[in-house]
Amino acid sequence: MALSDVTATARLASLWHNPAKRALVLQVMAVVFVAVFILWIANNVLDNLARLNIASGYGFLDQRAGFGVPTSLIEFTPESSYLRAFAVGILNTLLISMMGIVAATVLGFTMGVARLSSNWLIRTLATAYVEGLRNIPLLLQIFFWYFAVLGALPQPRQALSISDSVFLSNRGLVMPFPIPQDGFWLTPLVLIASIAAWFIYRRRMEDRDRLEGRKAHPRWVGPAIVVLPVLTIWLLTGGPLTWSIPQFQGFRFVGGFTVVPELVAVWFALSIYTGAFIAEAVRGGILAVDRGQTDAARAIGLTRRQTLRLVVIPQALRVITPPLTNQYLNLTKNSSLGAAVGYPELMNVSGTILNQTGQAVEVLAVTMAVYGSICLMIAMVMNKFNATVGIAER
Amino acid sequence: MMGPERNNQAGIQAAILRPVAWARLNLFGTVLDSVLTIAAAYISISLIAAAFQWAILDATWSGESRADCVSDGACWVFIKVRFNQFMYGFYSADEYWRVNLAALLVAASGVWVLWPRAPYRAYAALFAITGLPLIAYWLLHGGVFGLSVVESAKWGGVFLTVVVALSGIVLAIFFGVLLALGRRSELPAVRWLSTSYIELIRAVPLITILFMASVMLPLFLPEGVSFAKVLRAMIGLAFFWAAYMAEAIRGGLQAVPRGQYEAAKSIGLSYWRSMVFVVLPQALKAALPGIMNTIISLVKDTTLLLLIGIFELLGIVQAAAADPQWLGNYVEGYVFVAAIFFFFCFGMSLYSRRLEHRMGSSQQNLGG
Repeated sequence: MALSDVTATARLASLWHNPAKRALVLQVMAVVFVAVFILWIANNVLDNLARLNIASGYGFLDQRAGFGVPTSLIEFTPESSYLRAFAVGILNTLLISMMGIVAATVLGFTMGVARLSSNWLIRTLATAYVEGLRNIPLLLQIFFWYFAVLGALPQPRQALSISDSVFLSNRGLVMPFPIPQDGFWLTPLVLIASIAAWFIYRRRMEDRDRLEGRKAHPRWVGPAIVVLPVLTIWLLTGGPLTWSIPQFQGFRFVGGFTVVPELVAVWFALSIYTGAFIAEAVRGGILAVDRGQTDAARAIGLTRRQTLRLVVIPQALRVITPPLTNQYLNLTKNSSLGAAVGYPELMNVSGTILNQTGQAVEVLAVTMAVYGSICLMIAMVMNKFNATVGIAER
Repeated sequence: MMGPERNNQAGIQAAILRPVAWARLNLFGTVLDSVLTIAAAYISISLIAAAFQWAILDATWSGESRADCVSDGACWVFIKVRFNQFMYGFYSADEYWRVNLAALLVAASGVWVLWPRAPYRAYAALFAITGLPLIAYWLLHGGVFGLSVVESAKWGGVFLTVVVALSGIVLAIFFGVLLALGRRSELPAVRWLSTSYIELIRAVPLITILFMASVMLPLFLPEGVSFAKVLRAMIGLAFFWAAYMAEAIRGGLQAVPRGQYEAAKSIGLSYWRSMVFVVLPQALKAALPGIMNTIISLVKDTTLLLLIGIFELLGIVQAAAADPQWLGNYVEGYVFVAAIFFFFCFGMSLYSRRLEHRMGSSQQNLGG
């Protein structure tokens, strides 16, 4: 055997037996494998699209959508474009997610604290809520609210009503809606300004109290700073708000503002389901605070409320925030289940567009990118929050 | 004899007083507590009473059709008449024994693998993930050795939910382990690929993946190659949950002390051997709570298959309740489905808590 053959074999073998070289070989293999796989798929997709005569690209976004939606935050008619339909879906997804996050947080914190209550009955009911609702699929809960509860409400003609202005029927909740007139914008402006003034005033007063060691300012000053200017400007501009009152005409309600049952069902189910998970996170967070912390706080003379506000909650929040973020992300992603009852959130709208255009790749790419971005935004906000409640390292 | 008698009397007194003292402490501690207790008791008792009235007292149990349900209570006739459909889907009635036999085999191996004191658990586990799926597929689908073919399009109900959930769990754990090892790999390319897959999947809802599996997967494959819809959905479900499983397992991998990795390396084990025989057994144990949570979520999420037109349990009940013959029987159907899911999911969470407890105590023993 020639020497060169031996060295060639040895060199080849060293690709496997030398750890550094082997690592390189393995990585190149992995990358090549994934790249070839993706290329193969892309090639198949192109072949299939050509064979099935499906258009590609995003030209369809300008075309006429041709379908209606039961509820939308922006104006939308069948004449609007697919692009606008996507916007409707994204806004509805954001709306239901925000509503869900607020309600689930309130419910979750309440139930999490209730699970640690010293009252046996409250504790047991909270436990039943958490264990019961957590173990039943969300989609089933959405169906329950939509078909079994809201579907069982009377027809619009026999709608339940409160003083003929708020109506509840199986087509949703219809209620009076304020329509701002000229000069209305001054009121919210003044409201924001006076709330800011209240905050500045309060900080000043707290600083002074701390210096002087006593409470010097009367309690009513704060609220008065907000209420008086707002009331004054409201009356000066002549109460520039008229109400659109819903009325039953023919087969449906005209005027007012309608909360569609799809929204209510999805909102209830999402909040109640996610609330059960948040309750567990809250309970875990509170239990994670060392008992000595509470004892120490009481020993230096803090009241029960002060102990909770200044000692327990800040420490519990550190433990609660990461799982809470996860639950917010889950809730946002789960809002896509609204599609099952026809709430026109992103997934519902993209499903319709997908069926009409057949451009599955583009539509799903847009949908996934939007969900990804929303999740990223929520994660960023929550990470900021986490940083503020986190341990202040020196 | 005075002693025992007095003791006895004191005992009786204590038995009467103890509940009173207990109630004072736990129900009527403060004024606010008492108000809360009374309000909560009133609401929960009236709710439970109404539910009991509806589900038991006023319910109709016997009959053949909607017309037999004349009371205001639950119409359990709906469940009774449709029971076989809810369990087996559209499987031919003559072939139910095949489903039952497969279920028995799965249940037997399941008990064997999961019962902590059973002998030869490792072999049972090996059988459960290799031989069992093949036998089960042969039984359920048929086609060879004299069994007639039952297309997967006819599968449905509890049976399909169990098939999808079990195969989803096994596949998700398998790919989850690979992804978790990949994410902690020393090779940057492998780490980067695994991390991007996990994070991409976790950023989107399951429905988008299921739509991909049902609408896009046929486009991904060469012309003429196609899978059954159920199989595509199963793949979508497994690949979606593999990303979450990977994160749960990664937590376990991080909990294994560095010394274990180094010890395995120093006795000359290759990467895969050290992972399989040293690291993973410890990591999976530590990750068990997370893995169980992921499994429970996966089981609940099998309901999403109805969105792509597969009649798993919720889908078939929903379709039956929307049938004009039975219109308005939603609540009965939902209660039935909810009870089944609750039984399995709550059962799993109890099992996982028990295992955790057992392991927690054994770890304490190790620590001395």
